[in-house]
Amino acid sequence: MGGVRTAGDLVARVQMTRRLRLPEAKKYVADKLGCDVFELCDPVTMLDLRRELGLGGLSHQDVTTMDDAVALGAKFRVAEVLDVPIPSVEHFARLAGDRRKRD
Amino acid sequence: MEQRIPTRMGDGSCAFMTRSEIRADVVAGVEAAVKRAKVAPLADAEIDHLVHIFASPARFSAVDLGDEVILSSDGVGSQEVGSRIDDLRFYEQVVCTDTVELYHMDYSYKPVKGVLPFEQATMRQAQLLLTLPCQYGAMPDLGLYTQPDGPVPNWSALLPEGRIDEAREAQREAVELAVEDIVHVAESMHAAGADGINLDTAGAAGDADFLASLLAVERLRARFPHWGIQIGMASEFVLGMHGELEFHGTRLAGLWPEAQMRLAAEAGVSVFGPAINVNTGKSVAWNTARAVTIVKPCADAATVPVHMNVGMGVGGVPMHPVTPVDAVSRASRACVDLLRLDGL
Repeated sequence: MGGVRTAGDLVARVQMTRRLRLPEAKKYVADKLGCDVFELCDPVTMLDLRRELGLGGLSHQDVTTMDDAVALGAKFRVAEVLDVPIPSVEHFARLAGDRRKRD
Repeated sequence: MEQRIPTRMGDGSCAFMTRSEIRADVVAGVEAAVKRAKVAPLADAEIDHLVHIFASPARFSAVDLGDEVILSSDGVGSQEVGSRIDDLRFYEQVVCTDTVELYHMDYSYKPVKGVLPFEQATMRQAQLLLTLPCQYGAMPDLGLYTQPDGPVPNWSALLPEGRIDEAREAQREAVELAVEDIVHVAESMHAAGADGINLDTAGAAGDADFLASLLAVERLRARFPHWGIQIGMASEFVLGMHGELEFHGTRLAGLWPEAQMRLAAEAGVSVFGPAINVNTGKSVAWNTARAVTIVKPCADAATVPVHMNVGMGVGGVPMHPVTPVDAVSRASRACVDLLRLDGL
C-alpha cells in the first residue's frame, strides 16, 4: 500500500491487532482518520493528514519539520488515533513513568 | 501468424509465447491444480483475466488504483547497507513496505535462543526508530531438534529402517521442544517491543512441524490477545512425516491451504500465508494459474487476513535469486485480482 508514504503501516497494524480482513481494516483506518478509503493509498492526501494527526511518515527534511512526530513519538499518536495496542509504546510509557508504579 | 510475447519460465528464463500458447498454459495450470488439490476450476472470466495479464508485453503490471494490498515481510534486509536496523529503516523510508521484520541469519527459533538478549536489544533499538510495525521472524525448523545436532532421535534415519513407532515418538518429543522455544522467543520479543511474531515456513518438516506452530500460536494468542501472530507455510501441502498427528481433532497430514488456514485461524493467527510451489519447467502463466486455483478456496473461506507468499519460488514467481519484476508484478497482480487477498 505504500507504507508510511500512505497509510499502509496503519492498515497493517489493524490487521495484526484486530485480525480484520483488508476491506474492514481499510474502512476502520479511514473512519479513524476521517478520510475516504480510496485516499489511504494517496501519498499527497496522506502526507498532510499524517502530519496533522501526528502519525509520522517519511522523515527527511523536505516533508518533516521539528514540530512533526517521528518514530516512537509518532507511535504514541498512532496507538491513540487507531485505538490499537503497540508494545513498544506501552513499554516506553511504563519505563518513563513512575518507577514505583511501573510493574 | 500470431505475435510472440515475451514472458518467463518458472526458472526465470525468458520465453516467447503466442497468446494462444499462454491461454493453453493457463488452462493447463488450472487443470493441474484441480487434479492435484481436488479444488474447483477457475471460471472462464477468471481464465480470461489471467490471459489478459500474461499476454501483455508491458514491462510492469499492477492492480487498479484502490485495490492496493498490504505488503508484509518475512526477513528484511541482509545488512547490505549497514546494520540490521539500518536495513529496517531503509525498508520503511525508501522501499516503503507496510511492515518490516527483524531476523537472525540462522532464521530458526532454536538457535535464536542462544543470542536472545542481543536480539531483544536490537528489537528495542529498532522500535525507538521505526514508525511502521516491526515483527520478529524465524522458522519452527523441527529438523534442528534431531541428532546429531539436537537431542531427539533422527526420524529421517529411523523411517528408512522401518522403525515407525520410534520415528513418531521422536517427532512428538521435537514438537514439545519446539513449542517451548517458539513461545520463549516470542514472549521475549514482545517484552522488547516487537509488534508481532512470524512463524515462517511452517510445516517444512511435515505435520509435526505444523503442529508445533499451531500449538505455539495457541499459547501465544491466549497470552497476547491483540498481538500480531503470523504463520507462513513452507509449501502447498502438509507432508505426513508422522501421519497421525492432529490439532483439535483434525489430522494434519495432507492438508491443503483452505484446511491449513482454518486451523491457523482457530489457533489464533492474525495473518495466514499460504505457499504454493513453483514448477521451474513450466511457464509463469501456468504456475500462477495453478497457484491461484489452489488458494482460491482458502481466500474465499478466510476469516483472518490472508497474505499469500508470492516470492522467489512460490506463488508463481520464478525460482531465481534475482526475481524479474515483470514476472513478480504479473504473479502478484493475478493473485490479488482473482483472490481478493489481504496482503502479500
